[in-house]
Amino acid sequence: MKAAVITFPGSNCDRDLACAFAEMGAEVTRVWHKDDALPAGTDIVAVPGGFSYGDYLRCGAIAARSPVAAALRAHAARGGLVLGVCNGFQILTELGLLPGALMRNAALRYICRPERLIVASTDSPFTAGYALGDAVTFPIAHHDGNYVIDAEGLARLKAEGRIAFRYATNPNGSVDDIAGVLSENRRVLGMMPHPERAMGMTGAQESADGSAFFRALCAAMTAA
Amino acid sequence: MQEPQITQDLIAAHGLKPDEYARILEIIGREPTFTELGIFSAMWNEHCSYKSSKKWLRTLHTTGERVICGPGENAGVVDIGDGQAVVFKMESHNHPSYIEPHQGAATGVGGILRDVFTMGARPIAAMDALSFGLPGHEKTTHLVKGVVEGIGSYGNCFGVPNVGGEVRFHRSYNGNCLVNAFAAGLAETDKIFYSAASGVGMPVVYLGAKTGRDGVGGATMASAEFDDTIEEKRPTVQVGDPFTEKCLLEACLELMDSGSVISIQDMGAAGLTCSAVEMGDKGGLGIRLNLDAVPQREANMTAYEMMLSESQERMLMVLKPEKEAEARAIFEKWDLDFAIVGETIPEDRFLIVHGNTVKADLPLSKLASSAPEYDRPWVETPAAAPLGALPEIAPIAGLMALIGSPNHAHKAWVWEQYDTQVMADTLRRPGLGAGIVRVHGTEKALAFTSDVTPRYVRANPYEGGKQAVAEAWRNLCAVGAEPLAATDNLNFGNPEKPEIMGQFVGAIKGIGEACRALDFPVVSGNVSLYNETDGKGILPTPTIGAVGLLRTADEIIGGLAAEGDAAVLIGTRGTHLGQSALIAEAFGMEDGDAPAVDLERERRHGEFLRAQRAHLRGATDLSEGGLALAAFEMAEASGVGVTLDDSDIAALFGEDQARYLVAASPADAEALVAAGKAAGVPVSIIGRFGGDAISLGGDAAPLTELSKVFRSAFAQALGL
Repeated sequence: MKAAVITFPGSNCDRDLACAFAEMGAEVTRVWHKDDALPAGTDIVAVPGGFSYGDYLRCGAIAARSPVAAALRAHAARGGLVLGVCNGFQILTELGLLPGALMRNAALRYICRPERLIVASTDSPFTAGYALGDAVTFPIAHHDGNYVIDAEGLARLKAEGRIAFRYATNPNGSVDDIAGVLSENRRVLGMMPHPERAMGMTGAQESADGSAFFRALCAAMTAA
Repeated sequence: MQEPQITQDLIAAHGLKPDEYARILEIIGREPTFTELGIFSAMWNEHCSYKSSKKWLRTLHTTGERVICGPGENAGVVDIGDGQAVVFKMESHNHPSYIEPHQGAATGVGGILRDVFTMGARPIAAMDALSFGLPGHEKTTHLVKGVVEGIGSYGNCFGVPNVGGEVRFHRSYNGNCLVNAFAAGLAETDKIFYSAASGVGMPVVYLGAKTGRDGVGGATMASAEFDDTIEEKRPTVQVGDPFTEKCLLEACLELMDSGSVISIQDMGAAGLTCSAVEMGDKGGLGIRLNLDAVPQREANMTAYEMMLSESQERMLMVLKPEKEAEARAIFEKWDLDFAIVGETIPEDRFLIVHGNTVKADLPLSKLASSAPEYDRPWVETPAAAPLGALPEIAPIAGLMALIGSPNHAHKAWVWEQYDTQVMADTLRRPGLGAGIVRVHGTEKALAFTSDVTPRYVRANPYEGGKQAVAEAWRNLCAVGAEPLAATDNLNFGNPEKPEIMGQFVGAIKGIGEACRALDFPVVSGNVSLYNETDGKGILPTPTIGAVGLLRTADEIIGGLAAEGDAAVLIGTRGTHLGQSALIAEAFGMEDGDAPAVDLERERRHGEFLRAQRAHLRGATDLSEGGLALAAFEMAEASGVGVTLDDSDIAALFGEDQARYLVAASPADAEALVAAGKAAGVPVSIIGRFGGDAISLGGDAAPLTELSKVFRSAFAQALGL
């Protein structure tokens, strides 16, 4: 199972994501944003959190136009798996791989804290390890995580069961408490919370729910 | 362009005293050029030269078995075993933050991060110790919002977890807030980079962002008192770009890995001037700079402006000439400027050329070493009058006065605006004693804390200085860490006043004494003087930042209690209410002496606690607010009540030192008492955790009610 983690200038969760995949047995390659191809045999592309291009212009907007974007689009078009976390989610919406957009948090402040999420769909390789309605705790850390989508789009997401995670208590004003959404073919997931920050380290007084996320994802990929 | 004439006014505007100017004339034997005057003023201001403090800083304890590099470099370096080192420092950005809170605080964070990665260390933790004026003061809310936002915007984007700090409010900071930023990084012991240049004819390379006019004269501004012309000083505050800094970090670490770097120095205060002089002086070499080659953001910049610009995210490096192409490629990859701007020369000269004209030609070593050094007159702080009779207060009312004050309320409003978990190694976030971060890819972890109680230092600088060190040491012990070393950020008023200088001297003596007794060397630091507005000084605030080591994460002592646990006090029953948080918050009194610190006892109790970790579920140190506040905080974080049996106000709120509160199962509590007897450490079971009330000597209130106050008081007091 091969995971490719993209680094943009300003990415700062690329190492964290790479470690989480490696810990679950994936073969991880780091990809530089100026590369125009992904490593052969890539199963999943991970788009990390951070401040790609300093969040200048609009979060994710410049990254979505960087050289690696074409390869990422092609990978998704082939039905390849793509995971975008935090800034990665913002980039995926800017790329048009996921619907909607991430606006400034309702309180207009950056928020970092563990947040309880409810699994809203189990029909994806990312969430197949959960039962519907399961609660997991992942940290959030963002200034622009307020998910917006028009009424028609929201109705579609709901009808097609493409809302992967909802916040138990909405921290940022996201419509319908949405924390993560799936693409139409359910192979692309974008989410604001950070599963890679909840890997259950010894001594941490925090959640270990992230290791279950990556374990299930890696198992799903190996099985496929 | 014609440079201005040197006049008395111009000299004074550069913050140079007449005797200092006379010294310049003596050194160079002629009138300086305008650019040279600027260079001298940048090198000789208090901020860069430590001219008032040097004599006393030399008395600090700065060495130890684990110390690889003490004060004098960009940051201190301490061995943590396995070929690894922790590199850390704390530095103030007080005046810029008062003038422009967002950018001032942000660039403070940027500066300290650069100090750490300049030495080859990847930053892994940050903290911020903040002091503001009273919540009701017209500037305070604006400053708190701006400073917190600024710290967050820089650190979050750069990608370093913020794991601790302090926030306090006192009227003495109304006109002069304090922003003390700490950063720590991880390096390999055989890959530490220093600033001393070596080799003649080596290229001097400029790295990072372009040079603009921002911050010209910033270091001189930071060394002046404030008055009502403060608004005019806004243009001297630099503007930060954390995105560039993140790229600069990655490029520098790649460059260092490639073996191209002979020496490197970040451009902080007084930018190009300070960094170039530092590299040349430490290497016993001269430096020639060609300013035409400096990457510039603005048109028509003069030599004076370029030499004094404090534009952020810049580095100066001496490069191995054969590695130029490789080094250039790394910087091009990260889209950063890379320019050869000069070379090392054998003679003792600092030669600045711009547009084929010599703008400065100074003896380099004299710039660094001949800065004036003052033995400023000082007077011993008079002994504090003993604490008189106090008004009556019920225990719960006392606790409410504390938790309802923004000084002691829950500060999630602050730390939730900081990324506390990026890098995915955070083992303990802010809010429960020292922060803890795993050493990536190992079993080890590092603990971080910052402490000082300024009221103590004012009442008794010597004991207050000792206490700041002891509390930092205690906070590290409370999480199970072995205290390694400290950094000091000494914030005081105008040193030209003997009573202020007396505070400084007393505090330094106390810090030195405590560090020697606890074998806890000071490996880096920063002095910020002239923290005064309209002649009124701040509370003396020597912030101590400190680092401890955990060999495995299993050594961590938790911070929480469980239903049914015994509450155990390690240390003596509380008696000392002088300068306590209780009398300050409940009665508005700042009277009496600071608590005395018995360093031998401090060490014994701390070592006892760490040795008994198998018997502890959770521990916390006792500091401001005494036993009652510590018990409340532990109970509140654990979601259980607590009952303390003692009803005596001094026992509950006294701030005697060398004490810890522990939560342990009843059987473990008995074992602790027995172990205490054997070790000669006072250990007593003083209550129990459980239920849903906070009960202090029979006076009780529901936990949920108090919790609500505790968690809302900060935002409420500041109108956030």
